[in-house]
Amino acid sequence: MLELRHRGGCPGPGGAVAPPPREGEAAGGDHETESTSDKETDIDDRYGDLDSRTDSDIPEIPPSSDRTPEILKKALSGLSSRWKNWWIRGILTLTMISVFFLIIYMGSFMLMLLVLGIQVKCFHEIITIGYRVYRSYDLPWFRTLSWYFLLCVNYFFYGETVADYFATFVQREEQLQFLIRYHRFISFALYLAGFCMFVLSLVKKHYRLQFYMFAWTHVTLLITVTQSHLVIQNLFEGMIWFLVPISSVICNDITAYLFGFFFGRTPLIKLSPKKTWEGFIGGFFSTVVFGFIAAYVLSKYQYFVCPVEYRSDVNSFVTECEPSELFKLQSYSLPPFLKTVLRQETVSLYPFQIHSIALSTFASLIGPFGGFFASGFKRAFKIKDFANTIPGHGGIMDRFDCQYLMATFVHVYITSFIRGPNPSKVLQQLLVLQPEQQLNIYKTLKTHLIEKGILQPALKV
Amino acid sequence: MTELRQRAVREPDAPPEDKESESEAKVDGETASDSESRAETAPLSASADDTPEVLNRALSNLSSRWKNWWVRGILTLAMIAFFFIIIYLGPMVLMIIVMCVQIKCFHEIITIGYNVYHSYDLPWFRTLSWYFLLCVNYFFYGETVTDYFFTLVQREEPLRILSKYHRFISFTLYLIGFCMFVLSLVKKHYRLQFYMFGWTHVTLLIVVTQSHLVIHNLFEGMIWFIVPISCVICNDIMAYMFGFFFGRTPLIKLSPKKTWEGFIGGFFATVVFGLLLSYVMSGYRCFVCPVEYNNDTNSFTVDCEPSDLFRLQEYNIPEVIQSVIGVTTVWMYPFQIHSIALSTFASLIGPFGGFFASGFKRAFKIKDFANTIPGHGGIMDRFDCQYLMATFVNVYIASFIRGPNPSKLIQQFLTLRPDQQLHIFNTLRSHLADKGMLTAATEDE
Repeated sequence: MLELRHRGGCPGPGGAVAPPPREGEAAGGDHETESTSDKETDIDDRYGDLDSRTDSDIPEIPPSSDRTPEILKKALSGLSSRWKNWWIRGILTLTMISVFFLIIYMGSFMLMLLVLGIQVKCFHEIITIGYRVYRSYDLPWFRTLSWYFLLCVNYFFYGETVADYFATFVQREEQLQFLIRYHRFISFALYLAGFCMFVLSLVKKHYRLQFYMFAWTHVTLLITVTQSHLVIQNLFEGMIWFLVPISSVICNDITAYLFGFFFGRTPLIKLSPKKTWEGFIGGFFSTVVFGFIAAYVLSKYQYFVCPVEYRSDVNSFVTECEPSELFKLQSYSLPPFLKTVLRQETVSLYPFQIHSIALSTFASLIGPFGGFFASGFKRAFKIKDFANTIPGHGGIMDRFDCQYLMATFVHVYITSFIRGPNPSKVLQQLLVLQPEQQLNIYKTLKTHLIEKGILQPALKV
Repeated sequence: MTELRQRAVREPDAPPEDKESESEAKVDGETASDSESRAETAPLSASADDTPEVLNRALSNLSSRWKNWWVRGILTLAMIAFFFIIIYLGPMVLMIIVMCVQIKCFHEIITIGYNVYHSYDLPWFRTLSWYFLLCVNYFFYGETVTDYFFTLVQREEPLRILSKYHRFISFTLYLIGFCMFVLSLVKKHYRLQFYMFGWTHVTLLIVVTQSHLVIHNLFEGMIWFIVPISCVICNDIMAYMFGFFFGRTPLIKLSPKKTWEGFIGGFFATVVFGLLLSYVMSGYRCFVCPVEYNNDTNSFTVDCEPSDLFRLQEYNIPEVIQSVIGVTTVWMYPFQIHSIALSTFASLIGPFGGFFASGFKRAFKIKDFANTIPGHGGIMDRFDCQYLMATFVNVYIASFIRGPNPSKLIQQFLTLRPDQQLHIFNTLRSHLADKGMLTAATEDE
């Protein structure tokens, strides 16, 4: 969420808590919460020398280096520091949006790679925080084990996804068939190897640290890796299911910030003192409108609407299809009061736009809880930002904290309301059966389809 | 694992007990501060002696060491007898028992988290933990019930709606818990609350998923539930016996009482035990048949034609053993070959679950997870080696024994859209044609 944590122009490691140039109530709010959260150390002191030691030793974990490129610095050196930050944030925002558009243009495969890259970076950021919080530099094998677990879980998920969507491709290659058939077993064996290595790596005086780190790694995997795979599954459903939710969340961020800036008065939640009710509600309405319009614009193009398929003949991804019912204009009768306002009987809408209202509502009402969660996390561990990757914005996680729940919601929404079970998965499971079973099923299906009139009995190969 | 941590039976034996625990501490090489806080928390763990009065009186004459032996022995026999009774009562009761064990394990681990973090005064924490347990259980049970009771679910209108939107409902329930957690964050306790949140989720991951895999295995056939669990228990007991009589070289610093002799002896004994047990059980239909729900009688039935796995087959013995035994072929159930794999896993990898639990107990300076079973500690202490076994059996079954369920596939097929159905049908047809399985005769049907 666009919290106004001003990035220090020239920070020093120790001076982060010292009063930076007073950039408005923002910094003041941060100071208050910082000093009171030091009282947490009392609670931690009651138990475990480990916890109290780490509490007092680490002030914050401030951004140690300023990554703003030199060009920008020179160009903006004339302005005051506040406007400089504004400009840096603005320019970086525009850059990120353009990169986003570029990748959309390049296609779904690039998007998949982008999602994978973001996932790895998020994982790295959270693990690094765990390191610093627990001073675990000297734990044996910890880094190796964390990355190894990330690899295992990714292998498991990608194997399931790839097997589903590339069923025809996979059927051709013998080695892949073997990997697919025993995929769960192989993934489990890989995970077990990591588990046993963890147990063998337990060092006498560091048991608790190691268990903490083990749990930290697993919770991080649970959050980042599962979400990213749900994002990719949504993507394969049709790029519109990827674009509209993400844009809704970003739009909610920006419009809530703007509404809060101009009209903000009543604070929303103690956790994020800069959020206001006016921003929240204003953001909600504008996001719904934005989602509605974006859905209308995108629903026209086959490129966005069609499920991504892998064609074995051309050996590439294609998004060509007959758009489903969702993406065909239909006439809806307006309720009477809207009739008088708009002076029209009916309106032509894509059914998808109705769904987009649900998606935008979720993005504005529940998405912020993901942001509050991340804020609480940052306060709990006394960090200002997750990392320093993007100048002016913090780490990748800072940008994606509201997206946490969105991906899962979209996936659950699709499976519950839009389509039934995944047809590719059904097909893949069919192809794994024994030939006699396949024949039996073939006969059953044929009877069923002929009964329903979907298959003409005269159609014979 | 049966580690010889003597339960602190009360007063007359207290001084020698403390010496034993101190010497244990020295053996473990913990630092002074560690053993100090260990002494502090020792009363926490061993405060109440749950041994029933009956036993106490009956054994009051024996010395404390033998008394402990007897208490452990009697309780072991009681647990095994209980196990047999439950098996006799049938799959439904087994399912309920598994669920209860799961809830108790969850409760034990969460209580430890409490004690470790002094979190008594965190708002809503207990409520939230139990709420998350409920949500995750609802999700898993819903998926299981939908799979296995498909026809029943389709008949009843409310159940049908619940199962159609099951994922959405479960997700909504979880989200409510998540939002409540965020709203419950109290200014001075952020870190504690995040720790507890993480702790709850890892516990759910371990305990609840394992228990549901156990139930899946159970539905595959009770033999897939009984043989793995018995192998782990047998490995516990055998490794202990071998270690007791022949133990010399320590196995791992984490558990100083484990020895290589016990480990290897336990391995061989468990494999033999697994072979014998599966031979005995494969003869009975009630163990080998998948559990099905009969719609007409509205109950569970275990009646079927045993699959090929459970039919006696002849195997040629390799020459080496032929000369030893003097028989050319042997009659075995194919399932016994699989049981070798299961026993091997139980003896070689299962102990890592035990080491993990030992490390966990040492890390948080607790002697046992809880005090539920006199002489044995908590439920988690008994089940720590079973952690990985359930997942392994489930993955093993899915990979090597059965493929996807054909009837389930047909059900899924019927819920697809017509164009999807046609697409799948055509792909299947071309696939079968490639394999040469489609003759003109089948096409004419």
